[in-house]
Amino acid sequence: MRIGVFVCWCGSNIAKTVDVEAVAEAAKSFPGVVYATDYKYMCSEPGQNMVAEAIKEHNLDRVVIASCSPRLHEPTFQRCIGAAGLNPYMVEMANIREQCSWVHERTPETTEKAIELTRMAVAKVARNVPLFQNDIGITKRALVIGGGVAGIQAALDIADAGHPVVLVERTPSIGGRMAQYDKTFPTLDCAACILTPKMVDCASHPLIDIWAYSEVEEVNGFVGNFDVKIRKKATCVDPKLCTGCGLCLEKCIVKDVPSEFDEGMGLRRAIYSPFPQAVPNKPVIDREHCRIFNGGKCGVCQKVCPTGAISYDTVDEVVEEKFGAIVVSTGFELWDHSALGNYGYGKYPDVISSIQFERIMNASGPTEGHIVRPSDGKTPKSIAFISCVGSRDDEHGHAYCSKVCCMYNAKQALLVKDKLHDVETYVFYMDIRANGKGYEEFVKRTIEDYGANYIRGRISKIYPDGDQMVVKGADTLLGKAVEVRADLVVLATAMQPQHDAKDLARKLGISTDQYNWFSEAHPKLKPVEVLTDGIYLAGACQYPKDIPDTVAQASGAASKAIGLFSKDAIKSEPMIAYIYEDTCVGCGLCVDVCPFTAIELVEVVDKERSTRDNQVVKTVARINEGVCKGCGTCSAACRSLSARLRGFEGSGILAQIDALADMVKIKK
Amino acid sequence: MNSDSKVTTSPLSSMSTPTDPDFKQQIQAICGENVMSCYQCGECTAGCPAAFSMDIAPNQVLRLAQAGFKDDVLTSSAIWLCAGCETCATRCPRGVALSKVMDACRQISVAEGKVAKDQRNVLKMHEEMLRQIQTFGRVHEISMIAAFKMRTGRFFDDVFAGIQMFLKGKLGLIPSVIKGRKEVKELFDKQ
Amino acid sequence: MTSSSGEWRKRTQSAPLFEKGLETKRPSHWEEAWIQTPLSLRERVGVRVKNKDYRMNYAYFPGCSLESTAKEFHNSTTLVASALGIELAEIPDWNCCGATSAHNLDHELSISLPARNLGIAERMGMDVIAPCAACYNRMRSAEVELKVNRALRDDINSKLEKKFTGAITVKSALEVFTQPEVLAAVSEHIRKPLTGLKPACYYGCLLVRPPKVMGFDDAEDPKSLDEAMKTVGAEPIDWYFKIECCGASFGISKSEIVAKLVGDIISNAKAHGANCIVTACPLCMTNLEMRQAAASKLRGEDLSMPIFFFTELLGLALEAPGIKKCFASHLIDVNPALDLIGKEPVADGAAV
Repeated sequence: MRIGVFVCWCGSNIAKTVDVEAVAEAAKSFPGVVYATDYKYMCSEPGQNMVAEAIKEHNLDRVVIASCSPRLHEPTFQRCIGAAGLNPYMVEMANIREQCSWVHERTPETTEKAIELTRMAVAKVARNVPLFQNDIGITKRALVIGGGVAGIQAALDIADAGHPVVLVERTPSIGGRMAQYDKTFPTLDCAACILTPKMVDCASHPLIDIWAYSEVEEVNGFVGNFDVKIRKKATCVDPKLCTGCGLCLEKCIVKDVPSEFDEGMGLRRAIYSPFPQAVPNKPVIDREHCRIFNGGKCGVCQKVCPTGAISYDTVDEVVEEKFGAIVVSTGFELWDHSALGNYGYGKYPDVISSIQFERIMNASGPTEGHIVRPSDGKTPKSIAFISCVGSRDDEHGHAYCSKVCCMYNAKQALLVKDKLHDVETYVFYMDIRANGKGYEEFVKRTIEDYGANYIRGRISKIYPDGDQMVVKGADTLLGKAVEVRADLVVLATAMQPQHDAKDLARKLGISTDQYNWFSEAHPKLKPVEVLTDGIYLAGACQYPKDIPDTVAQASGAASKAIGLFSKDAIKSEPMIAYIYEDTCVGCGLCVDVCPFTAIELVEVVDKERSTRDNQVVKTVARINEGVCKGCGTCSAACRSLSARLRGFEGSGILAQIDALADMVKIKK
Repeated sequence: MNSDSKVTTSPLSSMSTPTDPDFKQQIQAICGENVMSCYQCGECTAGCPAAFSMDIAPNQVLRLAQAGFKDDVLTSSAIWLCAGCETCATRCPRGVALSKVMDACRQISVAEGKVAKDQRNVLKMHEEMLRQIQTFGRVHEISMIAAFKMRTGRFFDDVFAGIQMFLKGKLGLIPSVIKGRKEVKELFDKQ
Repeated sequence: MTSSSGEWRKRTQSAPLFEKGLETKRPSHWEEAWIQTPLSLRERVGVRVKNKDYRMNYAYFPGCSLESTAKEFHNSTTLVASALGIELAEIPDWNCCGATSAHNLDHELSISLPARNLGIAERMGMDVIAPCAACYNRMRSAEVELKVNRALRDDINSKLEKKFTGAITVKSALEVFTQPEVLAAVSEHIRKPLTGLKPACYYGCLLVRPPKVMGFDDAEDPKSLDEAMKTVGAEPIDWYFKIECCGASFGISKSEIVAKLVGDIISNAKAHGANCIVTACPLCMTNLEMRQAAASKLRGEDLSMPIFFFTELLGLALEAPGIKKCFASHLIDVNPALDLIGKEPVADGAAV
């Protein structure tokens, strides 16, 4: 056995507090060590060359790098010694930076601790065995969950690269939030004008299947090999026969269902298509409101349908499909301001949310774009826009900034002035957060050219007086309480994760943050990945985002999926668990503790008890190697020591502990 | 933070000098509220029923406390015009109970003799009330009002209402006195 | 976006406003009274006691105002309680709760003064009923702080003869009289429905704020008083100043501020069709009555308005003996309101 030890200074990060030369010197006396040295930056090219040359020169078969966390540079040195001809798993890292130099002062004890850590790594590497990666094939087909602008963009990008995509959307049409908007900041182009072409592209793309009115039920498998169960909800409309003529919508006798798409500002029928440009343009029957499904007699839509596309006895269909990658783009929902008593618990008809106002401004909305107030249909003469309703508000569960409200407040204040020249607009804000291309200029335009009255202060109470709303606020720049009498109050309510985001996260095996936004793998360097390989995030399901950011991230997620599909196989991680079946008793404890559901119980022939005539079967655990992340929970839990982790065998760990105990003994 | 940095003034001193950067800790010690949690949204000012009569707005009381302008707060009328209605505390998005901060500021203001001249009658009323509790264990409204008028020299306000109340039998002449006066008195004694 | 409007609707019913309130959830009166009843008695009292479904007794804390300026509140509270079979035993030798003055000038005193009363009441083995909103607020704040802050509790207890260990809780008269079982008994015993009365139910600040401490009713849109008024056949109006402050703590020192606040309140009540204001707070009562004239002058409109304690109206509906004497001591004539009772036809569903 010939071990080489390389002690890194990490510039002054380690060398400042640890006597690196002393560590290298001490390492020379450790069992099996034939060479030890130190260098300023071991991870640099000269550093790596030094390791490679030492391997050749001293005929090393194992290497210890005493430097930083293995999370940072273990792969670097695995590649390095691999290139030098060793098995990449014959290297161990002694973390003398995060676990030593950064957390201690420069004292002799600090150097001693570094020596101990290095000695432990030497003891472990002496027991390392070569490990080998396997090839796993992949299904080059992507699933995109959520058909908003993020999902649409990701689906188009992946499909354009030549890979089939299934776009799952739970409402009857793709388009998402963006389809509800009137115009978009800061360029003021109409949201529908720029979104509907993309929706149509999706529908007509030969590689994209849109499964609207469908939801993901169950996700199994692993990167490259996901098995996903998708529920296609019964629409009662045969998409093959339906021509989207809309006759059924006209004739439906249930006319008073609040429209989700119009945020309750308008009504729809029981058979409906959310909006005129819906994709797919096939209506669905909402069984909660349809008379047929509520013990009533009707059947009008079936009678009027010229192609006989409607049948009331369709049922949900659950299909299981294989995918190689999943893009999650489920978006956000808006906080309901009816929790706010001081704003009237949502009881005042003329206090509405910004998305409702968006529908009122929209030419295809319930008022056909005429700006009127919901209570009496009058044109408002003064409108108060209120920012941060529920956002930046710890007391209501959203400590974060919803990021886009400042901009759409400015946009709405500008557009409304454009439509109604004699309207007075008031925007109550706490800070104006206009940090995007052209954003600051846009807000300035709203204030300077469109005369919006920006008042810095939060609103304490809104109440009706006569036919107006009294908005009790403050101008904190003046240090005065102010009151605005407004005909209409528009609340910029907080963006929050979908109410069932947590459920989807559980199905996908991905994590969420304290608010239930999906967590990325690294906040800066892995913004579209999650900790589970093969699953990528796009859009506001991760955190509030505006359209440019959403689209950029969607393309990022798509490129990750395309990158994955550019290979024919992926390398499996060899540092994963395996079961020593001879001693496994099939108790199933590992199955319960595994956080990645990578273990299942299987029946195998019990070689010990079987005879030629009589085969005895026993139950053992089996690791799904594609899913296992090598976390080691199973091996810690296993009572018969049958669940083991490659690269972290009991012998190596015990040797490390022995090495530490030896050092302590020597000191005494 | 270093304890010897206490004497040095904050960077704000180029404009005017904060009198005590430790003011915020003093407030926290009394009422438990961290004024640094405030992000100056102004919701307290917006909802305050007495803000119109204050010399500095409620949110400015917090801002001055954050920046260590102790004297500006202690000598303000605002702290004495707070009605203690708790509207601010109920609606504060940062969970700061400004009403409690106001209580603390009043207490510090009294302890350090900084009460604004035109607000001393409020203080006198409170002092008279506590003096009565200390003496009788309860408050005797007629003698309290009388004493308050004596001390502030505002003899003729509300005389009519007072006479009316008296005639309706609402203001008893004899104060009710409790047996446990000694025990109550002890509560007034510190340590 | 969700699949059907059903889900969408469910989703819009968001979480309660204050989920993370202090750990002071109190057992119902019934449970508590039941627990405190000796075992032998419990076996006997298993049956319904004459049209009432509860057995309640409280340690009664009148407070200084109820002894003088608000003696009609004291009278009506005790009359209604006895009519409803709720037993009130006055806390012997109670002291002033400290009112605004204590918490303005001395935080510890604002806890220790109520602590003495709480200690005595705890020895009586009953929850406290404090009709005065200000006393209720101070006592409840002290109770919560003493229950949470053990060090302070020990310190204060060392000066007290009867210690408070946190075994009881403080309730306002409004809270006690608006429990469902009590209101059920009220509605069963109504003799004179108060039809024609359109009260503006005025809660003021102290009963519901701060919500994390009071933990009673909705801090922004309280309903209990309105419920009580509906029960006795009155038609409470919808208005927007039910929780605004009347400036009670400036009662005598800053009358000019009070006049403005009172003016805003009465004006809003009038604008929404109220013919009287009902309150549960003696300070509000004093302010609303005493400052009406000044407020009218300030706003240049007629703001005369009869003001009632809610217990007076409950007593009137129940025809509690002696209740009418209460009305004599009001500074503002309440007869214009009393004359309206029964003059209008019963509106559908008003006397639930």
